[in-house]
Amino acid sequence: MSKKYDAGVKEYRDTYWTPDYVPLDTDLLACFKCTGQEGVPKEEVAAAVAAESSTGTWSTVWSELLTDLEFYKGRCYRIEDVPGDKEAFYAFIAYPLDLFEEGSITNVLTSLVGNVFGFKALRHLRLEDIRFPMAFIKTCGGPPNGIQVERDRLNKYGRPLLGCTIKPKLGLSGKNYGRVVYECLRGGLDLTKDDENINSQPFQRWRERFEFVAEAVKLAQQETGEIKGHYLNCTANTPEEMYERAEFAKELDMPIIMHDYITGGFTANTGLANWCRKNGMLLHIHRAMHAVIDRHPKHGIHFRVLAKCLRLSGGDQLHTGTVVGKLEGDRQTTLGYIDNLRESFVPEDRSRGNFFDQDWGSMPGVFAVASGGIHVWHMPALVTIFGDDSCLQFGGGTHGHPWGSAAGAAANRVALEACVKARNEGRDLEKESRDILLGAAKHSPELAIALDTWKEIKFEFDTVDKLDVQ
Amino acid sequence: MPFQSTVGDYQTVATLETFGFLPPMTQDEIYDQIAYIIAQGWSPLIEHVHPTRSMQTYWSYWKLPFFGEKDLSLVVSELEACHRAYPDHHVRIVGYDAYTQSQGVCFVVFEGR
Repeated sequence: MSKKYDAGVKEYRDTYWTPDYVPLDTDLLACFKCTGQEGVPKEEVAAAVAAESSTGTWSTVWSELLTDLEFYKGRCYRIEDVPGDKEAFYAFIAYPLDLFEEGSITNVLTSLVGNVFGFKALRHLRLEDIRFPMAFIKTCGGPPNGIQVERDRLNKYGRPLLGCTIKPKLGLSGKNYGRVVYECLRGGLDLTKDDENINSQPFQRWRERFEFVAEAVKLAQQETGEIKGHYLNCTANTPEEMYERAEFAKELDMPIIMHDYITGGFTANTGLANWCRKNGMLLHIHRAMHAVIDRHPKHGIHFRVLAKCLRLSGGDQLHTGTVVGKLEGDRQTTLGYIDNLRESFVPEDRSRGNFFDQDWGSMPGVFAVASGGIHVWHMPALVTIFGDDSCLQFGGGTHGHPWGSAAGAAANRVALEACVKARNEGRDLEKESRDILLGAAKHSPELAIALDTWKEIKFEFDTVDKLDVQ
Repeated sequence: MPFQSTVGDYQTVATLETFGFLPPMTQDEIYDQIAYIIAQGWSPLIEHVHPTRSMQTYWSYWKLPFFGEKDLSLVVSELEACHRAYPDHHVRIVGYDAYTQSQGVCFVVFEGR
């Protein structure tokens, strides 16, 4: 039955609020936390979000009758109260698969978190979670290598990877920078990292850094007999520059490069991930700017969405926060999204902030990277929280050692291995952390000094963004 | 000279990946790790190589992976048999995980020289 054109403004809920709708397996589902302007009914706010993030505009237009909008429109199919919050509510919206270009995270986000976030009928809006349908996942490249391949390439088994960021993060010449890399790697770290701020500044152009770092990596590898790597940051001002840096890293026979996926953008990231897949290169992903987007409890995008988007766009390691260090991150929430980085199926679990069942199919997993304000005393908790498929990075906790970075690295390596060994023996790492670390320090003066250096440092502030549970 | 008296010299050591920074394990400690492999449902696997070739990807299998083996004492006796047959080789025990096609545990039990 064809409809008649009826010009004017209709209420959104007449078209986009469909509580009887049963979502399809192929629908992309989203959960938004909505805070509407006073006096606007929930159904109208939720329907407005569905409309503005899919096919709708503020006025009825004649041209929508040229197509079957019933087939293309997003639908709000459920509204739920937010526990402990009188003004906000969750709106669950189903989007038909054909609204999105295959394999394009950029396109998904442009729709879901585009104009709608500036919509006047809303005071705040937060995208809490997305359920990506398998039909969409199968069109994405995902991690260029994944956890299993990365372990095989780096020959690291049965424990978390151990790394650190080179400090000071800005101002070192290429040769001095390479020296710090060498010290860390010879001391027992597996991987070192360019700080995200390091691109190609006047004090250290990228080519200079890449060459000295490559020498440091190869030397440390020869001397220790273990495989080493350094995340060479290829984030650049243009895609052309980015690829030039990646190519040079490959020429130097380096195993891993790095990209900042939010400041660099999803299009650049997906392109670089594809390049890595073609060239057998591992890809480490930094997340600068995420806290601007994900920290406010009522507005923005939750990091679990950004993490899922990264797994689809492509990356072999992603920063996830530490739970215990200097940066924001609640334990249950973090466990919820690291599951979504690593597992092949993650069930709905509100106690971990996961609003949907998420099936990842054969998509490879991403290592969770814990970095920021952590030191040896945190090691037992980190191994417990993050498990083996993680990369633990101690910056200040390596370079701040009184004997220097090599000794700091060795202290961390001893602590890590002592914790893994104790866990395998069935000991409770968090309850027995003191005994385990002090016991290991008997055989390692480097660890004994590290334990003494950082014994007083804690970062005990409450998290700003908490799970909505009572 | 307070600086020189407090700063130690860290000497680079050649190590063999996981647990390379811990002191050699006692027999009981090794048994605990093998028990962990079995408890996880992983298959014990023994590999060996001459120390000059320790960085190559493939070490020689000792026999075949012990698929589904649950008997700790059998694994221990195979480790010892491998060490007797190749006394100058590194011998490592692996907990092979067929689900991930990866290794849940991997460390050198006997160091060759």
